[in-house]
Amino acid sequence: MPDLGKYADAVLSAYGVSILLLVLLVALSLRQGKRARRALQDVEKRSKPNA
Amino acid sequence: MSMTEDTATPKRPSGFWSYANPVKFLGLSERVLPALWGLAALSLIVGLIWGFFFTPDDFRQGSTVKIIYLHVPSAMMAINAWVMMLVASLIWLIRRHHVSALAAKAAAPVGVVMTLIALCTGAIWGQPMWGDWWAWDPRLTSFLILFLFYLGYIALWEAIEDPDTAADLTSVLCLVGSVFAVLSRYAVNFWNQGLHQGASLSLDKEENVADVFYFPLLVCIAGFVLLFLALVLYRTGTEIRLRRTRALQAREARL
Repeated sequence: MPDLGKYADAVLSAYGVSILLLVLLVALSLRQGKRARRALQDVEKRSKPNA
Repeated sequence: MSMTEDTATPKRPSGFWSYANPVKFLGLSERVLPALWGLAALSLIVGLIWGFFFTPDDFRQGSTVKIIYLHVPSAMMAINAWVMMLVASLIWLIRRHHVSALAAKAAAPVGVVMTLIALCTGAIWGQPMWGDWWAWDPRLTSFLILFLFYLGYIALWEAIEDPDTAADLTSVLCLVGSVFAVLSRYAVNFWNQGLHQGASLSLDKEENVADVFYFPLLVCIAGFVLLFLALVLYRTGTEIRLRRTRALQAREARL
């Protein structure tokens, strides 16, 4: 760990907030993507016997 | 009446425009996404570790200079995401390709997070350097308005039920908001006042970021660009699937 001196709080909080926001963005995007994929598969499965 | 072959079969778009076909777009994104995710993660990890652990303190700003590796790339992407949305919106308005409208919609949440990171890291950096979390400086103010435009753009998509009308109105909003995307970049040059410094990375300037900070910053910028591309491709795929699901459900309901 580098010596951040008197600005340690500022630097660490900037990294903490940014990494948290990026991880949340990726996680939410992946969750929405998986749900959309599953929903489409279900509808396609249901609509196939009618085709 | 006989038809010639030309009139009987419409000409298929080729090259770039062929990706307006959702199936072709999904095929391409499935192929390139694993590499994009991997490269984005690699460059972000390398860039941030390099910048955080292996660069010295600045003689004036001390260790707060390490915030540059998050602040500058996120601010760049906040503006570039809006520019990408502008191009996609224009394609929708002119050529009516649904994939481009969905790509603009998919990019907005990524842009809003980038803007939020830029605003948060800017405030955290500003407090020890300027003595204040916030100043009504031209660049900061135009960035805040850009953030509000992102929120308005996302809200407008959610508020309108008909997807084509939503795409039309959000595209117009995107055109208007572009003024603030441009101002976020050039406000410092237009109004020679305020606390925020000018561009740090201009190649034509004598006073530039020192190499020891510059190279890890370039890696971080590459990481943010790749992450943006991966997220937009992935999220556009999600939007295409949601649209297809709604269409099939509507057909089911009619039967």
